[in-house]
Amino acid sequence: MSQPSISKSMTIGESGLAVVFAVTAFLCVIASAKALDAPFAFHAALSAAASLAAVFFIVNRYFERPAALPPQEINGRPNYNMGPIKFSAFMAMFWGIAGFLVGLIIASQLAWPALNFDLPWTSFGRLRPLHTSAVIFAFGGNVLIATSFYVVQKSCRARLAGDLAPWFVVVGYNFFILIAGTGYLLGVTQSKEYAEPEWYADLWLTIVWVAYLLVFLATIFKRKEPHIFVANWFYLAFIVTIAVLHLGNNPALPVSVFGSKSYVAWGGIQDAMFQWWYGHNAVGFFLTAGFLAIMYYFIPKRAERPIYSYRLSIIHFWALIFLYIWAGPHHLHYTALPDWTQTLGMTFSIMLWMPSWGGMINGLMTLSGAWDKLRTDPVLRMLVVSVAFYGMSTFEGPMMSIKVVNSLSHYTDWTIGHVHSGALGWVGFVSFGALYCLVPWAWNRKGLYSLKLVNWHFWVATLGIVLYISAMWVSGILQGLMWRAYTSLGFLEYSFIETVEAMHPFYIIRAAGGGLFLIGALIMAYNLWMTVRVGEAEVQMPVALQPAE
Amino acid sequence: MSFWTRHQIFEKNSIILVIGILLVIAIGGLVEITPLFYLKSTIEKVDGVRPYTPLELAGRNVYVREGCYLCHSQMVRPLRDEVERYGHFSLAAESMFDHPFQWGSKRTGPDLARVGAKYSDDWHVTHLTNPRAIVPQSVMPGYPFLSANEVDPDAIADHMRTLRTVGVPYTDEQIASAGADLKAQADPDNAGTDAFSKRYAKAVVRNFDGKTGTPTEMDALIAYLQMLGTLVDFKIYNEKANLR
Repeated sequence: MSQPSISKSMTIGESGLAVVFAVTAFLCVIASAKALDAPFAFHAALSAAASLAAVFFIVNRYFERPAALPPQEINGRPNYNMGPIKFSAFMAMFWGIAGFLVGLIIASQLAWPALNFDLPWTSFGRLRPLHTSAVIFAFGGNVLIATSFYVVQKSCRARLAGDLAPWFVVVGYNFFILIAGTGYLLGVTQSKEYAEPEWYADLWLTIVWVAYLLVFLATIFKRKEPHIFVANWFYLAFIVTIAVLHLGNNPALPVSVFGSKSYVAWGGIQDAMFQWWYGHNAVGFFLTAGFLAIMYYFIPKRAERPIYSYRLSIIHFWALIFLYIWAGPHHLHYTALPDWTQTLGMTFSIMLWMPSWGGMINGLMTLSGAWDKLRTDPVLRMLVVSVAFYGMSTFEGPMMSIKVVNSLSHYTDWTIGHVHSGALGWVGFVSFGALYCLVPWAWNRKGLYSLKLVNWHFWVATLGIVLYISAMWVSGILQGLMWRAYTSLGFLEYSFIETVEAMHPFYIIRAAGGGLFLIGALIMAYNLWMTVRVGEAEVQMPVALQPAE
Repeated sequence: MSFWTRHQIFEKNSIILVIGILLVIAIGGLVEITPLFYLKSTIEKVDGVRPYTPLELAGRNVYVREGCYLCHSQMVRPLRDEVERYGHFSLAAESMFDHPFQWGSKRTGPDLARVGAKYSDDWHVTHLTNPRAIVPQSVMPGYPFLSANEVDPDAIADHMRTLRTVGVPYTDEQIASAGADLKAQADPDNAGTDAFSKRYAKAVVRNFDGKTGTPTEMDALIAYLQMLGTLVDFKIYNEKANLR
């Protein structure tokens, strides 16, 4: 078949984006020159350089590409766009290792404070947001973008919408991470937990996120299947709600448009409520809804079984997103927040247990008839264990949201342990499982380089998680009890520093657990690297059309 | 038509699905957040709470920049052991001018809501420079660099102006004299201390870091720490008046 000759010209997207980036580069140079503080000057210069690089790549790409844009279909099969997915998958692995490493460093700092080196850039207070943002937004975010772009194409049987737009999303998102992360090290932070990036990073993220939503929705518009697949509902809820939360929590007024410092519009109690409405639903929609979408696509795929119950997934979806949004105030029990809000938050947190376990059951029961695969397929085992951890932490969460329990657990390491059973066990393992599936698919490989290494990863990481969360349970409950211990004469039994001293052995065990988890991730990175490097290419077989559910 | 068939409207139309999601997630937030802006009982009426002085504000910005909230809460809960350990439980009014709030969520170190006036300035200088010089078991990072960083007195007025836009009631006079006030608070020999003290009730004027010259970030941070929790006089605070 010979292509009809088309006169080559730039698309509106190419020329438009090139112009926008050229203007941005110019504005950033001015901002850098007029900056009031050094970090802002650095970020403006970085943005100018990145904008120029973007112009260069857009123009260069135009000269390299054939006159016609990639076809939507080749021989009747959708011509899936894997480039942005590969980029995001690679960045996920990179940020994952970086984030786990910083986690290990700050865990060690708590055991051995000399590791802070008494320098501004290496102190715990600046590295901790770097760790949380790197694992949640950089690692988790890239996993979500990569898998969502894959799942939406496959389940809609349509090529990803847009030509440059998906690239804008993946590269733009990672640039946001770069600005946010370097900002923390330089002391640029709003100090709102999990929403630390300053106003200009927030603005940039808003633009990228809207582009993400548009690419995702436009791909759904193009779908060849009448139904929107369940995983895409969860991805949509994740994208839409994160946009709402981000805008609600972050309205801030910069002191100067040439400076990094801003003051958030909300203050005191209202800021606290907005913050934890945001904070808890970053858990609910970023770390749960998004990764549940992964569960709903990758587990049935890997197990080669249909989703256990279609009706359960409908109930799961609506109940989960309705209930989650109420749960925020359980982070503010016994604070100056009015009691009625605290009680509402607690009540809905307990109710949330039901849809959470409904989802867990839907995921686990998908394996009915395929349980034997757990013996032979370590990737599937990882996915299934992640759902088990999901069940465990979504039981623990509602329990800790009960005010009496919370009076003990709050402010202690128990919270940290709870977060990590969810983050390492659920989000981590489901991401690893998804990447183990996705990399061979996206790079067109027959399979992984080594299943044995996956097995090693699984056991090393599981051991790490067990060490981590049990150390935190013990230290958290121990410290909570020590704070409220009284002598027989009615005096407080322990000074604060005695309770700090008692944490030392557990902080060492926790750091060891984190170290094992990091080693697991390094094994994984090697395995994936070798899969891409030396893996055997899969021969394309014509696929039989699958009936719609 | 069964319930499950009706649900197909969401499964076949992405815009309706998005609208459905938006409606469902809006309810909880609206119910929990909006009343906090108009229910009068949300923030109790208390005498004594005032906006931060320029030096305290600069100190608070250091606190925010260094991420102190990651290990220190500023929220004493009304539990017996906390009230005995830290002092009166925190009132909503005490953080009403905080943008952002710094209640925190973890106590790797102790709560700081009422740390003001508990330790001497000298103690703070030594402790911030090297915590283990004073508390051998401490796991806190040292902040020796704060003594070397000067605070720019000319920059603080813009910060106060910004805060006024988001709702902190700074007066024109306070903003006009911000730079002078910043220097005055850290220098008891300064001619402007009387005027400063009139503008900010209960503000402490001291040479916090013990060194002469332009106030440093050490001065600012200690000025902030020393005022935390000291504004409300609990001897005359009437709890019953604020029963909710």
